[in-house]
Parts: sequence; structure tokens; C-alpha cells
Amino acid sequence: MTLHLTRRYSFAASHRLHSARLSEEENWRAYGKCNNPYGHGHNYQLEVTVTGPVDPATGMIAHLGDLDAFVDREVLEVFDHRNLNEEIPAFRERVPTTENLCIEIYDRLRRFPSAHLVRVRLGETSLNSFSYSGENNGSAHE
Amino acid sequence: MIHLTRKIEFSASHLYHNPAFSAEENRRIFGKCNNPHGHGHNYVLEVTVAGEPDPATGMVLDLKELKEILQREIIERMDHRFLNYEVPELAGKIPTCENIAAVIWEWLEPRITRGRLHRVRLYETPDLFVDCYGNGAAR
Repeated sequence: MTLHLTRRYSFAASHRLHSARLSEEENWRAYGKCNNPYGHGHNYQLEVTVTGPVDPATGMIAHLGDLDAFVDREVLEVFDHRNLNEEIPAFRERVPTTENLCIEIYDRLRRFPSAHLVRVRLGETSLNSFSYSGENNGSAHE
Repeated sequence: MIHLTRKIEFSASHLYHNPAFSAEENRRIFGKCNNPHGHGHNYVLEVTVAGEPDPATGMVLDLKELKEILQREIIERMDHRFLNYEVPELAGKIPTCENIAAVIWEWLEPRITRGRLHRVRLYETPDLFVDCYGNGAAR
């Protein structure tokens, strides 16, 4: 029997989609309003899915307090109420699309010591979301 | 292959307590969930069945039949119950979302005779849920 535990979190951050590899006009064509030089923000919805054996003593895959503390330290304290372009070193060069942010969060959370990270799903708005399960796990997830 | 999902809700109380731990350990590990009088949740259960539509009916399985199975197997055994004391399959286990989802899988899997049970997703709150995939590959 395979069990996956998923926990939802949220954070708010601003960004601007702008690539140094593109001209002004190409940036505007690629990113539209998201290229506004002053940036804009979103309420991001984060789903973190982990798996592993259920500890018979606690009935848990991972202690929720441990998972919450890890996500808080690695993600929420880093990204919440920040400007992704200006304050996050990973996005000095990379464009802070939600695709790239999803991968960045996965890479931060894969070090969670108490269970195996299965997937990170990141909603930018209630209408679009992205999920990432690492490079070596190409199977489709629901 | 079609995946069909039916959702139900049930309300139940539980508490987390392991008699092998001291009172202090129980409080430290389980926190507020260790309150001896218990507490409750509105659980939301999503049951997903995989299969091919029957050419004669266009259905993977009859939703009315699935609704009756969920009423009989889940609602009547868990709704408005104290899970620690009233669900024998959870006796001696901590009734976490993980363990409840596994029990629900065991109850439903043999009852789904058209298509096959693909996933049981149990929400304890909107921000916490467990997916159970049985022994098949998790997808």
C-alpha cells in the first residue's frame, strides 16, 4: 500500500518576468503585463507531497510539526512577502516564472530528512498551477 | 482509461494517544491531538475508480451503486463516530489521516467490482490530505 501525505501552504510575493536574453520588444511580446518594470504580486498556493512508511508508533509518514517547520524555514521565510527578482539569489539570472519557482522550491524541500519528497505543486492563481516531481520522475501525477 | 471520482463527507472525532509512550511523550509528540476527550473533523473523501466505459451504458460503473457502497461501507461506519472507540479496524492504531485512508482502502477495494479502485484521497482539513494507492504504482 502506497500512501502520500500532502500539506498545503500559502505565501505572497512579487515578481517581474523579464529575460536579459530578450530585447525590450521581445520581453513585452513574451510576458505581456508580467513584464511591467515595477513588478506585480501573487498569492501562491503550495502543495507539498511526501511518502514513506507509516511509523506504527505515531501512525504518521512524517510528523506534521517537522514538515511545517522545514517548509517554514526553507520556503515560507525565504519567499513570503518578498520580491523574487530582487531578494532571491536564484532569480538574479533566472526568470522567476512559476515553473522556475516550483523547481527552486522542490530543490529546497528534497532535503527534508523525515520522508521522501514526491511532488511540489505551485498555484500562481486559482486558475493556473505547476507541479514538479524531479528530473528522474517523469511519470504523470494527478 | 477513465478515472471517475465521487466525493463524500463525514464528521468524526478522534484522539492520538500511544499507551507505549509516557503522558509527557504523548503530549510532546501529538500536541493538542492528545486531548483525552478527543476532537473532530469534517473529513472529505474522494474515491477514484479507473476503468473503461461499458459500451452498452457508457459508464465505468453505476454512480448510484458507488453511492450506495460509500453509504454502506464508509458513512454508516464512520459518520458521527468516535474513531478510536467505534471503528474496530482502528483499534490499537493511531487514527491519523494515513491510517484512516488505509482502512478505507481495505473496505472499498473488494467492493468495487466494475473498474478498479485507483485512489482514495482523504482530507482531514482543506490543507491536509492523504492519497492511498493500494499496492499499485502511485500515479
